[in-house]
Amino acid sequence: MTSIDNIGVQVQAVHGNVRPILNEVLHALDKLIDNNETTIIDLAGLPFGPGELDVLEETLGKGELSAQLDALGSSRIQETTYPGVWWIEHRNAHDEVVGRYLEITRIPEILSSQDADICAGRVSLGEQFE
Amino acid sequence: MKNKPTVGEILQAKGVSRRGFLKYCATTASLLALPPAMIPRIAKAIESARRPSVIWLSFQECTGCTESLTRSAAPTVEGLIFDAISLDYHHTLQAASGDQAEAARHAAMEENEGGYLVLVDGSIPMGNPGFSTIAGISNYDMLMETVAGAAAVVSIGTCAAFGGIPGANPNPTGAVSVGDLVKDKPIINVPGCPPIPMVMTAVLTQFLTFGQLPEVDKYGRPLAFFGQTIHDRCYRRPFYEQGKFANTFDDEGAKAGWCLYKLGCKGPTTYNACATVKWNQGTSFPIESGHPCLGCSEPDFWDKGGFYEPLSTGNFGSGAKVAGAAAAGVALGAVAAVAGRRRQAKYTKEA
Repeated sequence: MTSIDNIGVQVQAVHGNVRPILNEVLHALDKLIDNNETTIIDLAGLPFGPGELDVLEETLGKGELSAQLDALGSSRIQETTYPGVWWIEHRNAHDEVVGRYLEITRIPEILSSQDADICAGRVSLGEQFE
Repeated sequence: MKNKPTVGEILQAKGVSRRGFLKYCATTASLLALPPAMIPRIAKAIESARRPSVIWLSFQECTGCTESLTRSAAPTVEGLIFDAISLDYHHTLQAASGDQAEAARHAAMEENEGGYLVLVDGSIPMGNPGFSTIAGISNYDMLMETVAGAAAVVSIGTCAAFGGIPGANPNPTGAVSVGDLVKDKPIINVPGCPPIPMVMTAVLTQFLTFGQLPEVDKYGRPLAFFGQTIHDRCYRRPFYEQGKFANTFDDEGAKAGWCLYKLGCKGPTTYNACATVKWNQGTSFPIESGHPCLGCSEPDFWDKGGFYEPLSTGNFGSGAKVAGAAAAGVALGAVAAVAGRRRQAKYTKEA
């Protein structure tokens, strides 16, 4: 036996969360289109069964744009095959997932350069000329 | 206190970017079951918060609670909160010992009079003060002296919250909980054997962020984590509804991952967040690993009958009563969910 996957247990799949979440995404897209309103769905609070998150992720798929953030561990910001629907996964320095969200928006806030960082960068660049 | 750096300054000194900070605030909101709309307010509050002093007292305990919290060696997002507090006294973690350690405790108490937090793990023996002493001081004396000037007390683990295993029948040391002794300070109970690390950090984060302790249930447990039963949030719940149960640990039902109720699962009567927050870097929780919930975050869990006896044959009486308890659990879960949404709405309104 080389890994836990070799244990002969076939857990019966329970995927009761996928369809309600997709329905919530559908309504969130309506809000984005009609009112330019962003919706964030926090996936951490939902009782997912084994493999259920994978089914949700596979159903949403991967779209054209993917970004990697490296701040306090890595983060993956992936647009799904449905434009405006972003899969965001935050990891810590151990590469453990610490947050997982669906953000229904045009561009996730965390991708924008932040004012504080811009100011700090301006100071840093300015020092090159001193 | 005024001269202490703000959390924002500490993070900036550590080279944490604004994006990193926003990421931290997002996971904090998630931890506290607050709506993502609260992230800007959390960011503002944490940035300007000053480093609170924390005194951690360990009494009759196994150090499992500390182990649960500190097992990670490298910095984590949630671990940042512990960089942001001033942990002025902790037997296991501090380098000082003997008189120097006690002097650190007294100094923290004097410098932060009325504003420090006391975290306690372990129960307090009342049968004989000699059963458990630190630096020649009985656990009772150290507790009462330390909490006198505290802003609040957090009981970490089932032993501190409810007496736990030392308090189990026949309770040879006369073990009692913190709440049995401390009556004039706010007490938050974070039970579990051990508690989920993120729940411990969330309570501290809430204090740091909003300057107040979280809303609690009748046992003093934060509602954000203890508002619903394991059963309410269990991914195997559909099998319970369908009447599909594992009857032994190696039958077809067990292999198929069916409900563990008949194998003694205490999920229907146990309030905790294991089913959603999970353990071991979010890998799984006991039921997902094929073992029934022991109910370790409930008072007297060690004395509530066999771990592998169904609730219907334990101290809960007849099957009809258990069915009632399960139904009540569902109703309570629904009430808790409504309360949770109200709590979210309240914070959103205040933001």
